[in-house]
Order: sequence, then structure tokens, then C-alpha cells
Amino acid sequence: MPVWQLLAVFVALILLTALTVLQASLGLGNLELILSLIIATIKASLVILFFMHMIHEKPLNAIIFLSSFVFVALFIGFTLMDAAGYRDSLEYQQIDSTPPPAVEHAE
Amino acid sequence: MSHEHTSAHGAGHHGDGHGGHGDHGHLPFLAHHFDDPEQQFDSGKLGIWIFLVTEVLFFSGMFCAYSLYRSRNPEVFMFASQFLNEALGAFNTCVLLFSSLTMAWGVRCAQLRQKNGLVLCLALTLGCAAIFLGVKAVEYTHKWDIGLLPAGSYLAQPEVPVHHEGLSPWLINLSIVPGILLVAFAVWLVITFVKGDKRMSEIAGTLLATAACYFLGVFVGLKFQEAEASSSAHAAHEISVEHDGDTGSHEAGVTADEHAQGQPAESATSESANDHVSGTTGTEAPLKEIEAHLVSLDAPKVVPGAPLDAMVNQKGGAGLFFSIYYCMTGVHALHIIGGMVVMVWLLVRATKDQFHEQYFGPVDYVGLYWHLVDLIWIYLFPLLYLIK
Repeated sequence: MPVWQLLAVFVALILLTALTVLQASLGLGNLELILSLIIATIKASLVILFFMHMIHEKPLNAIIFLSSFVFVALFIGFTLMDAAGYRDSLEYQQIDSTPPPAVEHAE
Repeated sequence: MSHEHTSAHGAGHHGDGHGGHGDHGHLPFLAHHFDDPEQQFDSGKLGIWIFLVTEVLFFSGMFCAYSLYRSRNPEVFMFASQFLNEALGAFNTCVLLFSSLTMAWGVRCAQLRQKNGLVLCLALTLGCAAIFLGVKAVEYTHKWDIGLLPAGSYLAQPEVPVHHEGLSPWLINLSIVPGILLVAFAVWLVITFVKGDKRMSEIAGTLLATAACYFLGVFVGLKFQEAEASSSAHAAHEISVEHDGDTGSHEAGVTADEHAQGQPAESATSESANDHVSGTTGTEAPLKEIEAHLVSLDAPKVVPGAPLDAMVNQKGGAGLFFSIYYCMTGVHALHIIGGMVVMVWLLVRATKDQFHEQYFGPVDYVGLYWHLVDLIWIYLFPLLYLIK
């Protein structure tokens, strides 16, 4: 990595940080989350590609590392899939009270 | 740019016939179970990448908790995020990015056998890490002071932000260890100077600078915090003036009314507490009335359908946000401390001039780890600090 490349990546990262702070102050609502995640991902890509030398890395190592993000996506994606299905609060009484034994019902 | 890389690999005697192990005698850095430097380097590389995978998956558990909680309760994040100091977060982001730059530069120095450059880069990286921790200490202790704690200990926040004067006792306690280290390193530096051991005084000097950087971080953090406090005090003053002007249409006025109506049992006390607070914000609200207001906001009295802030401003709302916040940033800070420890090890080896174009693996591996820690902060900063 030549020095100019390291410095260019650093300057780009700082500018993107400024951009993400700026867009957060615009009050874009839901768009803000998406935008800041996109900017963060661009920053992460710059760090991975240049600071972590991923562009020169052996394909096997690159596949191993990048596959972790596939599993993170699966993990979070599957968790969020039924996020709307939860109750707002625990219903303690239903959990605590045991149903009467079946024998008593039979009588 | 690629020739440096290939030279690093190609410098080993790969392919020049390694029939026996007898030719290892002149390669002191080569562990005996490896055929050549390239194999050693690649094995280490594969190992560190797999370690980074486990780190990503480890943090993904916390990111999962975050995204689940945020997707279900976005209002909690909107409310709680206002207590995080955006300027400090942005400052820390820049510090960490700079430390990533110096680390990457350090790897380059190791590859090119620039011993002094490597020592300087490691020192700068350590210093940045210490500044980060110093700022973090100010952020944490300020939150502990005003009751922004994990769910079990969270205190409902008054409408008027509370600011503590003077140094936080928490901050002083947290700074004991860095303080002791600062003194110890200074003494060590003097001893090495007297002994005339140049290599040791290089190490001691770097460590002393690192410990000093923690206090620099604390200083910067306190300055930012002061600026924030004075600006928010101005804002609170303006809001209270507006609030007194028109009670009917102004949003704050409506919230206060709804707040009272949503809690029939508490309506009398909470209304009076609200009036008191809003009436006296501009001047100096006596602490008792803020406390009364705090009590009126307490968790058990919150009923479904009550205004948003009262619902959110309790242990099960914003308190849970702070549980997630402390968990994520705390584990991240532990990773920073771990990285610093490993970097001191690198520093000691670098002063012995052990790294060169054939053997720079350890610097590279620690660099990869450090960049990953930076990477996680890149996501943490917008996700925690920049919610509007």
C-alpha cells in the first residue's frame, strides 16, 4: 500500500463520517436509518478493501471472512422476520398458574 | 503497490527445493513446523481471519438484540438517543479512523523494515486508543451521574436536563488505574534514562505518552461536555419561554396536558409538577421540584395510552436502550483495551527490530484485528448516536 493510498482512504473515511453526521441532522425519518447504514457499509468496505488489504488477499481468506456477514444477515433476518409477532408484555399470570391436573377434569 | 506485497511473499524460498529442514538455521523467525516463511505467514493469516469471523458473529448477537428492540420500539431509540453526545461520538469516530490509518501505515513500515516508522505508528495507534478510552470514560461517567444506567438501575429523566457541576466522582475512580500507570511509566522512563538503556526508554516513553493520552481524551471529553451543557441550557431556556407564552397550541403544552390526563390517579400531582418545572426552567428550578417530577414519571404509574415520553422514560423503555448501549460499547471498549495490550507486545518486538520484509505477520494480524474493532465502531456510531 503506497502512502498516498492510505491517506486517500483515510480522508474518504473522514468525509463519509461528516456526511453521515450531516444527513442525520436533516431529519429524514426512516430514510435516515437506511442512508446511515449505506454510508457505514461504504466506510466498512473501504476499511476492509484497503486497510485490511482485502484486494490483495487470497480468495479463500476473503470468502471465509465475507461468509461471516452472510451468517449475520441470516441471523438478524430470521430474528426480525417474526418480530411483529411478539406480545407487548409478558402475561405473568398465564405463565405462573399451572392448569388443573387432567384427572380432576375427568371426574 | 502490488510489488511490495509480492516481494513480501516471494522473499521466502518457496519452491527452491526444501528437501530437508537443515536450511532453517539462518531463519530465526521461522517456526520449525513450517516449511518456509510463506507457509508460516499464510497459516497465521488464515487463523486471524477465522478469529475475525468469530468476532463478527460474537458482535452480531448484540446487533441482533439491537435491531429486534429497535424494530419493535423505534420511539425508545428516538427518546434515548438524545442523551448521547453526538459531537463526542463523531470525535471518537475520527480518532479511531486515524488509529486505523496509523496501524495500516505501521504494517507498511514493518514490510519495508522501517523500524522507527513502525515504532512511531504503534505509538500513535496506542495514543489514539487511549484518547478514545478517555472520551468514553467521560461519556460513561456523565451518564452514571444522571442515572442513565442499564435497565435495572435506570432513573427516569426530568424534562430539564440535569447537569452536574465539577468532576464526577465516577470519573475520578475510573481514572485511578490510568493515573497509577502514568506515574509508573514516568518513573520507569526516568530509571531507563539514568541507566542509559535506549531501547527501554523508547518503550517507557511510548507507554507514558499513551497513559497521558488517556487524560488528554478525558480533557477533550470534558470540554465537549461543557459546550453541550451550555448550549442545551440555552435551548431549555428558550423552550420554557415559549411554553409560558402559549399553553394551548404549543406542542410541549399539549404533551404536558395529555401526560396529566393519561394518568388519572396522578393527574393532580403530575400536573402541578409539570407546571412547576416548566415555569421555573428559565431561572433555577429547585432540585426538589425536579425530584417531584421524577417521581411522577416513575414506572408503575405509566399506563398504556399515556403520552410517549412517559411510557418510554422508564426502566423497561429507555432503560433497555441503555442496557444495549452499555453492552455494545462496553464490549467494544474491552476490545480496544485488548488491542492495546497486544500492541504493547508488538512495540517491544519492534524495538528489537524483529520485523522485516520476510517476517511481518504479527503486525499484520494485529492490524487486521484493530481494523475490525474500528469497523464495529463505524456501525455503532450512527446506530447509537445519530438517531433523530
